[in-house]
Amino acid sequence: MPETVAAPAAPDFDALAVGDIVAEREFHLTRDSLVRYAGASGDFNPIHYRDDVAASVGLPGVLAHGMLTMGLAVQPVVDWAGDPARVADYQVRFTRPVVVDPETGADVSVTAKVGQLDAEARAVRVDLTVSFEGATVLGKAQVRVVLA
Amino acid sequence: MNPELQGREFAPTAPYLVGREKVREFARAVFATNPINVDVDAARAAGHADIVAPPTFAVVVQEHTLAQLLAEPDAGIDFTRVVHGDQRFTSTRPIVAGDELTATLTVSSVKTLGAHSMVTAESVITDAGGAHVVTAISTLVVRGDD
Repeated sequence: MPETVAAPAAPDFDALAVGDIVAEREFHLTRDSLVRYAGASGDFNPIHYRDDVAASVGLPGVLAHGMLTMGLAVQPVVDWAGDPARVADYQVRFTRPVVVDPETGADVSVTAKVGQLDAEARAVRVDLTVSFEGATVLGKAQVRVVLA
Repeated sequence: MNPELQGREFAPTAPYLVGREKVREFARAVFATNPINVDVDAARAAGHADIVAPPTFAVVVQEHTLAQLLAEPDAGIDFTRVVHGDQRFTSTRPIVAGDELTATLTVSSVKTLGAHSMVTAESVITDAGGAHVVTAISTLVVRGDD
């Protein structure tokens, strides 16, 4: 019999409650991560890889792209949902920069919690808490996941 | 910044062909670990035509519209003073490898807050058949003179 790959199961909507933590993950960013994201996304703003340019515009150091932080923060939710196609809407506000040290990098932590349940659409609003050095870096970070 | 930008609609961008390796490259860059983002068999088993792009992939296409905005001669936007305020993606369906996408930018609002300006740019992204795929909305903050 040929080997088959099963479609991923969706989480059980009826078993969810507001406040449930559905996913948690830590990400370690290095300067390599920023260069990789610059190439993949096409955002080559030098504040994301050159210390001299970052300093010249008054930044505390080279920053991660906001869109990199946004892009990685949703990944624990994608894995929980089983299929990236179940993410129907995703929004964030960029509130604090993530400074990436050239030697030690930066550690970003993500906690994903059920914020609201829409029984009719079988959709979950998942609220993300994304932190760096003990402070949140994204505000109103919300993912709408449709489990229908 | 020029307040007359509000309501302006730009010409659609040239079609962007979503390549399978580009999706894999982007997935790796955002630390994606779901096989549907990178493995064609896993994507097809889940009912997709090809691998599915991560939820923020539309930024690659949106980038072309933001370039249009910054290049607009009368916009008065100094790129070195632009800070990303917020971002949203609202999808009708996921982007998959093989899609040919076109983005049309509209400046939905321009506001001034003291020395700073805020511009909200909405890029409607459609497929080769003209059907809606995703709308990417960015608010950019343009810092004024300190």
